Amino acid sequence: MAERTVRFGILQFPGSNCDQDAYHALADVLGQPARYIWHKDGTLGGVDCVVVPGGFSYGDYLRTGAIARFSPAMKAVVEHANAGGQVIGICNGFQILCEAHLLPGALIRNRGLKFICEHVHVRVETTDSPFTNACQKGRVLRLPIAHGEGNYFAEPNTIEQLNSDDRILLRYCTNEGEITEAVNPNGSLDSIAGICNEARNVFGLMPHPERASEKILGSEDGRLIFESILRATVHTSS
Amino acid sequence: MMKAKIVVMPKKAVLDPQGKTVKNALESMGFKGIKSVRVGKFIVVELAGSDQAALKKKIDKACHDLLSNPVIEEYRFEISH
Repeated sequence: MAERTVRFGILQFPGSNCDQDAYHALADVLGQPARYIWHKDGTLGGVDCVVVPGGFSYGDYLRTGAIARFSPAMKAVVEHANAGGQVIGICNGFQILCEAHLLPGALIRNRGLKFICEHVHVRVETTDSPFTNACQKGRVLRLPIAHGEGNYFAEPNTIEQLNSDDRILLRYCTNEGEITEAVNPNGSLDSIAGICNEARNVFGLMPHPERASEKILGSEDGRLIFESILRATVHTSS
Repeated sequence: MMKAKIVVMPKKAVLDPQGKTVKNALESMGFKGIKSVRVGKFIVVELAGSDQAALKKKIDKACHDLLSNPVIEEYRFEISH
């Protein structure tokens, strides 16, 4: 499939701190048109893929992502997603997407209580998504994580549904692709590192692909996620 | 003016590592016989109005939509002067 130009819109909330890394990865490394969207903007403008970046939006007050969800920009993101537009939420972005009910479940405090900042391995569980189609099933990606609340929780029937619908896109694994509790950094149920919604246009993941898109940062594996988006994204009309 | 006193607790099914850590700390202080500890939030909302039923509905919505995350938390509240 030929690669296309995808217009990326990167949200900025008070407290977001991974927006510039996302911009750099998309605009400078991948050469895509990218711009910032301020949290108070009620319209996204012409955007194909929304990026909800990492950080500590609103200081993680009340609960991580709880307040960002009510911003005018997030209301526009929900409309965009409901109309079939693509959304990728990274770390705090994943937390915000869960609070906004664009994804099921919630991210709670890491099982070990500590903030973990390290490289981990995740396994691509399915390539049936516009976020992993540039990978091969079973491919191991080395990505950095940096979070204190990355422990994915959902009711048992939700976890069951995610499995049966093939909506778990990434699981924490060893460098050889084995899923074990020992390499689960935060206690996430079913070693879940990233999931998508039913329509498969919204993706949330705890690791940071924008920090693994250049060799100089230690891993280029994150690039594959963005390249998947380039392969798959259809331009929206707005 | 009325005051709504709201307690938000993690659901029993949710792992509460904070609670467990506090329990361990209490035990290392010498407390014995503690079965469990769970840590939640206490929120006080002062608001205008005197119609208890209407206020109850408002606070319930606030709790459901923002003050708690129903996936992982449960809440209870009381409204008084």
